Amino acid sequence: MGGYGDVQLLRDDGLRLDGRKIDEMRPVTVEAGVLPAADGSAMVTHGLNVAVAAVYGPMEAHPRKIQRQDRAVIDVRYNMAPFSTSDRIRPGYNRRSREISKVTAEALESVVLVERYPRSKIRVEIEILAAEAGTRCVGITAAAVALADAGIPMRDLIVGVASGKVEDTVVLDLDKAEDNYGQADLPVGILPNTGEIAFLQMDGDLSPEEFNLAMEYNFKAAGEIHEIMVDALKRRYEGGEN
Amino acid sequence: MSNGQNGAELRLVTPGMAIGPIAGKRVGSGAIAQNDTIIATRLGWAKEFNNTVSVDPINSAYMPRSGDLIVAVVAEVRNNLWFMNINGPFQGLLPMSLAPWKVEFGAARQHMGIGDVVLARVQEVDECHNVVLTMKGVGLRRLNQGTVVSVPINHIDRLRGEGNATVQRLRDAADSRIIIGENGRVWIDGDAKGTAWAREAIALTQASGHKTTFEAELSALEQNAPKKGDA
Repeated sequence: MGGYGDVQLLRDDGLRLDGRKIDEMRPVTVEAGVLPAADGSAMVTHGLNVAVAAVYGPMEAHPRKIQRQDRAVIDVRYNMAPFSTSDRIRPGYNRRSREISKVTAEALESVVLVERYPRSKIRVEIEILAAEAGTRCVGITAAAVALADAGIPMRDLIVGVASGKVEDTVVLDLDKAEDNYGQADLPVGILPNTGEIAFLQMDGDLSPEEFNLAMEYNFKAAGEIHEIMVDALKRRYEGGEN
Repeated sequence: MSNGQNGAELRLVTPGMAIGPIAGKRVGSGAIAQNDTIIATRLGWAKEFNNTVSVDPINSAYMPRSGDLIVAVVAEVRNNLWFMNINGPFQGLLPMSLAPWKVEFGAARQHMGIGDVVLARVQEVDECHNVVLTMKGVGLRRLNQGTVVSVPINHIDRLRGEGNATVQRLRDAADSRIIIGENGRVWIDGDAKGTAWAREAIALTQASGHKTTFEAELSALEQNAPKKGDA
């Protein structure tokens, strides 16, 4: 992040390299119930990102040492497919996927009513099929829809979204070039109905004013993505009590 | 909330969605109270009955209740008890004292091993969600034959029908024994044709049991039943 000052990320007309305005999001689509074997599942495309999430459980937590007597454990496994980027990714867990799995689990634990299922486990598998910056946010969005599809009780549908800074300008929803050569990245997990933040990371530097503007963009985008998520769930089940 | 009451149109809600103001109403299952508003916690149909607002979930895990008749699978065997997979968030425990046989300490494996399927009843569920099962009771036994089909928990009432009418119809038409476990497992025991037909009929009931066309669809399927209309 930073240190690539000679890379031009904003065009002379003020638009970004892909033609978006600075507060414009990449196109998002959500589909619920894509995997018949899972208790709940979802596929989210966000720009060129494609994420599939599957939820299994709640089930008996094994090994027993991971059980919590007062609540369920959320076991998240985030993984990028070897073919998800132009450079092949070595299959299996790595430092980055462990970190993202951990922060995603913590974000989901704050919205899922885990106290309803003591001693059990809810397994969330997030597979990134195509990556173009912001995969952790797309993964969280997909996991939220999959959890709702599985009938897991939650306080809200958490939405993952990111803003950042390129060429001293705060922009919404960084693409690959902006993520690689920009100055800051601010991914957050937002609960749109209550306005709470369940997850926040920051890479790079933002002034307080820039931070506030980035959060303003994030909240605006979270509202739009939330509507798409709700539409996807309604589309799957509406048209008769199923 | 004006809908979901006394047969009015139900409203599909998603987690976090406001159902309506509390205003003297009680909060039922699938919903929570937050800042004077009733919020849905599950994906399902919001309804109001007897001044209680609740959400009927579209999908849900089986939550065991005392007295439930279930189809369980042996998951672990110890010297004096069996841990049973009950298709829920918690395993059930079947102590040797509640088995239908006289079991010596250390001889549990001789009666049932991992993977064996039983028809059991939930004896007790405590506040820590410890589930105790019993096989002492009429009809409770190890299931040595037949096949087990899984159905979503919220489709069980649909499969049973009014006063068990639908399942009885399937039993008669398939000429098979069919037992519906409260935990979403259905045991079918009949010949190959009957079992295959029963599977098809269960799938139809799941897909169309709530539709007005269900009766006609089931009647059409009954034309291909192994034993038509013979009770």
